[in-house]
Amino acid sequence: MSAVILDHITKTYENGKVTAVDDVSLEVSPGELFGLIGPDGAGKTSVFRILTTLLLPEKGTASVLGFDCVKNYREIRNRVGYMPGRFSLYQDLTVAENLHFFATLFGTTIEENYTLIKDIYEQIKPFSNRRAGKLSGGMKQKLALCCALIHKPEVLFLDEPTTGVDVVSRKEFWAMLQQLKQQGITIMVSTPYMDEAVLCERIALIQAGRIMSVDTPEKIIDTFPAQLFAVKAADIYRLLTDLRNDPATESCYTFGEYLHITFRGHPDTNPQQLQEWLEQRGHRNVAVKQIRATIEDSFIRLMNEA
Amino acid sequence: MKVLRFILRKEFRQIFRDKTILAMMFAMPTIQLIILPLAMNFDVKHVKVAVVDNDHSSYSRQLIAKVGASGYFRIVAAMPSVREAMQYIEREQADVVLEIPPAFEQQLIREGKQRIGVSVDAINGTKAALGGSYLVTVIGDFNRQITVNSTADPAAANTIAITFSNWYNPLAEYRFYIVPAILVLLLTLIGGFLTALNIVREKEAGTIEQINVTPIRKWEFILGKLIPFWVVGITVFTLGLAVAWGVYGIWPVGSFALLYTFAAAYLLAVLGFGLLVSTYTDNQLQAMFVAFFFMMIFMLMSGLFTAVESMPAWARAIAHCTPVTHFVKVVRMIVLKGSTFADVQYEFYILVFFALALNGWAILNYRKTS
Repeated sequence: MSAVILDHITKTYENGKVTAVDDVSLEVSPGELFGLIGPDGAGKTSVFRILTTLLLPEKGTASVLGFDCVKNYREIRNRVGYMPGRFSLYQDLTVAENLHFFATLFGTTIEENYTLIKDIYEQIKPFSNRRAGKLSGGMKQKLALCCALIHKPEVLFLDEPTTGVDVVSRKEFWAMLQQLKQQGITIMVSTPYMDEAVLCERIALIQAGRIMSVDTPEKIIDTFPAQLFAVKAADIYRLLTDLRNDPATESCYTFGEYLHITFRGHPDTNPQQLQEWLEQRGHRNVAVKQIRATIEDSFIRLMNEA
Repeated sequence: MKVLRFILRKEFRQIFRDKTILAMMFAMPTIQLIILPLAMNFDVKHVKVAVVDNDHSSYSRQLIAKVGASGYFRIVAAMPSVREAMQYIEREQADVVLEIPPAFEQQLIREGKQRIGVSVDAINGTKAALGGSYLVTVIGDFNRQITVNSTADPAAANTIAITFSNWYNPLAEYRFYIVPAILVLLLTLIGGFLTALNIVREKEAGTIEQINVTPIRKWEFILGKLIPFWVVGITVFTLGLAVAWGVYGIWPVGSFALLYTFAAAYLLAVLGFGLLVSTYTDNQLQAMFVAFFFMMIFMLMSGLFTAVESMPAWARAIAHCTPVTHFVKVVRMIVLKGSTFADVQYEFYILVFFALALNGWAILNYRKTS
C-alpha cells in the first residue's frame, strides 16, 4: 500500500479563478524520500496542505497511510509530521519549551522519542533556553524539524525546508533527511532548488499546478531526448541572440556562465563543428562541450513542451 | 484534559513573557480609574457671561451681582451693545450674553413685567443647555425676590417649596456614576481586544497552522485561549474594585458574590465576542479595526456615559442588543444600590444568553481546515 496517494486532485482559489492544483495524481511508497520539485507558485504548498488535512480539495481524493484526507483527518493528524514553509513555532517560547509543548500536544514526551531527534537536537541543545525567535535561520529549521518529528510520525511532510537557508545548512539538512529515511519514515519534501532533486529517490516535477513527470531523477535525466551542449564565448549576450535567431536551434537558455543549447534534427552534431561554426560567425574565446542533462534542463524542456 | 493543561501553561507563559501587555493590563485599570472620573465631569461650572446693561439702574445692578455671586458664572465683560458682546462669543471668550433692556427698572415697577435677552453659544451642547437653564433659574429667583413682586403679587407667596434628596448617591457626585462604568470598560477591553488579537496573532505568525495539524481538539484550543483571559479579566476587575475603594471610597453596597457572578458571565460574553472577531479576520490590523468599530458602539451606546433612556427608540433597541448595556446597569445597581439577584436576574439571563450565543457562533465559525 502506498503511503501517500493523490488521485485527480484539483484545488482552486478565489472561486475558481486561480487554479493552484490541477488534476494531480501521484503515489509515494512507504519509506520513500519523495521530492516535489517546482518553482514558486507551482502548487507545492497546496498539495502539502491538502495532505496534512489543512485544505479541502475540490475534486479528487487524497489519502495518507490509507486514511482519507477529508473523512479520516483525525487519524492522519496523529500520524504525520508537518513542517510548513514559513517558520511557525512560537517565537516567544524557548527552544525547549516549543519542543516540550508539541510533544505534549501529541500525548508523548521528549524522552520517549529522543533517539529519533537526538542527532538534530544535539546541534541546537546549547541554545535550548533561547527564544525560538532569536535563532538563526538554520537553527530554526532544525528546531522545526525536531518539533515535526517529536511524536515519531510515519510520514513527514516538509514544505520547502531549505528555502532561505545557507548552503552548508542545506547540505546538513539533506544529510539529516537521509538518516531519517534509514529509520523507515516516509518523507515527502518540496523544493524550488533543482540541485536538491537528485537527492530524492523519486521526484515529481510540478509546474502551474500540473505534474509534468514523476520518476527517479536518473530516469528523468536519461529520458532527455536531445543532445545538449554547453557553450560560452566572450560576448555571451551576442551569442545568445545569434543562437536564438538561428532556425536550427531548438532551445537556448543561460545556465550559469554557459548557455545550454539543443538543435532540431542534428543527432550527429559534435562540439568541434559547433565551435568552428561559431568562430566563423566572429565569436571569440568560444568553448563548447557536450554535456549530460540536469534536472533543470529536463524541467525547462518539459515546461516548454507543455 | 491533560492537553488542555499544557495549552494553558503555554498561554500563561506567553502572557507573562510579553512585558508590555502585562504592564498594560495592570496599569490600565489603575490609571483609567484614577484619571477618568476626575476629568470626566458633567457638572457645569465657570460659565462665562458677557453682560449688556442698557439700563444701569439699581435693579439691573442687583441682577448682575446675583448672577455673578451664584458660583456658576463668571462675568467676563460688560459691553455697551449686544453686537459687541456677541464678539466675545465669536472669539469663544464668553458662553452666554445677558442683555438687560433700557428702562428695565422703570418698566418693571410700572408695568410689573420686563423681558431679558439670553443668548447662548450652543457649540458645546451640554454646557449651553445647563448654563442657559442655570441662568434662567437665577433670574427666576431674582424675579421672586424683587419687592415689586413680593408685595404687589400675593400669589407669589404661595409658591411650592421643593425639598429633594439624591438616593444611592446623596451628593449626586459624578464619580459614583462613572467609576462602575470604567470597571465595565476595563473588562470589555481586556476580554474583547486581547482575545481577538491573541488568536489572530497565531494566524499571522502561522503557528495556528502547526497547531492545526496536531490531534488537539477544537474545544481544547478554544478553551486554552478563553480561560487565561478570563482569569486576567477577573484579576483586573478585582484590581479595579480595589482602586475604586482606595481612591474613591466606593465599596459595593451589594454582595461581592453577585458582582463576581455577573463579571464572570459578562467576561464569557466579551471573550466570545473577541473569539468571533478573530474567526472572521486574518491579521491583527483587521481584528483591531473590527473590534474597535464594535467597541465604539458599545462604549457610546451602552449607557456608560449617557443615559440609555434618553436615546431615540431605535438607538435604545441597539443598546439593548449589546451585552455592555446590561452589565453597566447591573454593576451600578449592585455597587451603588445593593440590588440582589432577584432584582437583576433578567439581566443575568441576558448575559448568559450573550455568552452562549457569541461563543457558539465563534466555535461554529472556527475551522481547523480551510
